[in-house]
Amino acid sequence: MHPAPPPVVRFDNLTLGYERHPAVHHLSGEIPAGALVAVIGPNGAGKSTLLKGLAGELRPLGGRIELAELPRGGLAYMPQRSEIDPGFPVSVFDVVAMGLWRELGAFGGLKRAQRQRVREALAAVGMEGFESRPIGSLSGGQLQRARFARLMLQDAPLILLDEPFAAIDSRTVDDLIRLMLGWHAEGRTILTVVHDFEQVRRYFPTCLLLAREPVAFGPTPQVLTETLLARARRLSEAFDDHAPECHREQEGIQAGGGPGGERPRGEVVPLHGHRHGHPHDHAGHRH
Amino acid sequence: MYDLLVSPFTDFAFMRRALAGCLALALGATPVGVFLLLRRMSLMGDAMSHAILPGAALGYLAFGLSLGAMTVGGIVAGLVVVLAAGVVTRASILKEDASLAAFYLLSLAAGVMIVSLRGRNLDLLHVLFGSVLALDDGSLLLIGGIATLTLFGLALLFRPLVLECFDPAFLRGVSRWSPVAHYGFLMLVVLNLVSGFHALGTLMAVGIMILPSAAARLWAHELPVLLGLAVVFAAGSGVAGLLLSFHVDVPAGPAIVLMCGLVYFASLLAAPGGLLAGRLPVRHHLES
Repeated sequence: MHPAPPPVVRFDNLTLGYERHPAVHHLSGEIPAGALVAVIGPNGAGKSTLLKGLAGELRPLGGRIELAELPRGGLAYMPQRSEIDPGFPVSVFDVVAMGLWRELGAFGGLKRAQRQRVREALAAVGMEGFESRPIGSLSGGQLQRARFARLMLQDAPLILLDEPFAAIDSRTVDDLIRLMLGWHAEGRTILTVVHDFEQVRRYFPTCLLLAREPVAFGPTPQVLTETLLARARRLSEAFDDHAPECHREQEGIQAGGGPGGERPRGEVVPLHGHRHGHPHDHAGHRH
Repeated sequence: MYDLLVSPFTDFAFMRRALAGCLALALGATPVGVFLLLRRMSLMGDAMSHAILPGAALGYLAFGLSLGAMTVGGIVAGLVVVLAAGVVTRASILKEDASLAAFYLLSLAAGVMIVSLRGRNLDLLHVLFGSVLALDDGSLLLIGGIATLTLFGLALLFRPLVLECFDPAFLRGVSRWSPVAHYGFLMLVVLNLVSGFHALGTLMAVGIMILPSAAARLWAHELPVLLGLAVVFAAGSGVAGLLLSFHVDVPAGPAIVLMCGLVYFASLLAAPGGLLAGRLPVRHHLES
């Protein structure tokens, strides 16, 4: 066995959210290089938010994300909903070729070898012959295949996939999973948001179970237990039901000088052993 | 035929200047219009042209009918609105249309207020309707210069701008070009609207940007074809509009824009992306 690989990602008491409402709450942990992690949890558990935060699209409300030294463009992020405008007159080839941005930059032309690589990527996702089709003419599954081809060309050591297998037929899912496992075998670090526990059990060695708060993080058989899943469901349900009420209570505590209310908001205060760079609500959450 | 099509340009210097102005606009402003169209910002061009008007009017108030003052005023007003709206769009939850609408309305209101404070009866017809048949050397150089700058700017920004249009999240992920493409493009829009108002007026300048682009979009499935076709449509409409204005004695600006409209309606009827194409019965469909 090798010694434990160094972490590619370290979460340090990370809180992410929107308008001060936490969606990922006090997450700490490390993701070792080369890990294939399934991020699971009920809807609204903060899975997409976590990936957004990792991709740098969302600033943490508190805590930190530490990324290992990655080359520029070394993080490839595939959001859940494609933002690709299907009405734009651009061909499948051109869309996929943009995966080579790190090599091409804004001005570089495609060399013959690079064109060949684009065609190979398209072939690898089973899309030969689609090169000159307009991107808007693709079906949902074909578009997802094209996005995977582009991702492949990005050649990133850290890959974030947000529900890549949702609303896609089983054959496409099988093909895309095979690609993802290939990237894993190449030593890339992959975080994937998945809903299908069967897929998680079969393909993902590691699991991060979120319900806004981290419920469990570790080897999949130890995380995918009925007890922990039930706990995740309960946590997220309780949160949704009581969030507005607890929010008001929190305001009252802040104003009335209850716990944490002695100091003005916005200051960096050690609270229950963790530091908050920014104030955020603790609704539905006990320290 | 020669008398109809060629001799107006060979016999009259003002027609040659107008032709040069129109062709420069077609080369510069129309490609910018194509990107406006593709970014679903067609109406935004109209809004921007309103935002420019107060700046130009202020320049006129302060320095009279001076090309430099009105141009600088228009560009400054346009850039302030565009940059402020750009910052709001990128940093708040407001979308581009909402933030732009807010700032152009404020700019327009401020302009009207300043004009009324000075209490002078303005002859702003030039700004409103342009004077393509009376372009002096300065205006012509300005229009040509802006067209040249636009072509270089678009060539420089082309790849980031295309990505910013159809997959902005991806561009943000792989590079820092996203804000450069966004603001650079908006600056090109302002420059071309200012160049357009000298020839066609603020109210008409958007016409030669959007109408040929919309017509070309109905025909073309590829961006290079789309850009080329739009420029050809705009140039053709420019020539036709000038000839119409010469022979029938109507104002040139509206004539050019109406010619663009004619191309647009013809395309709506005939083009594969138009009104009829999807409604005609299909006699033979393909095998696969």
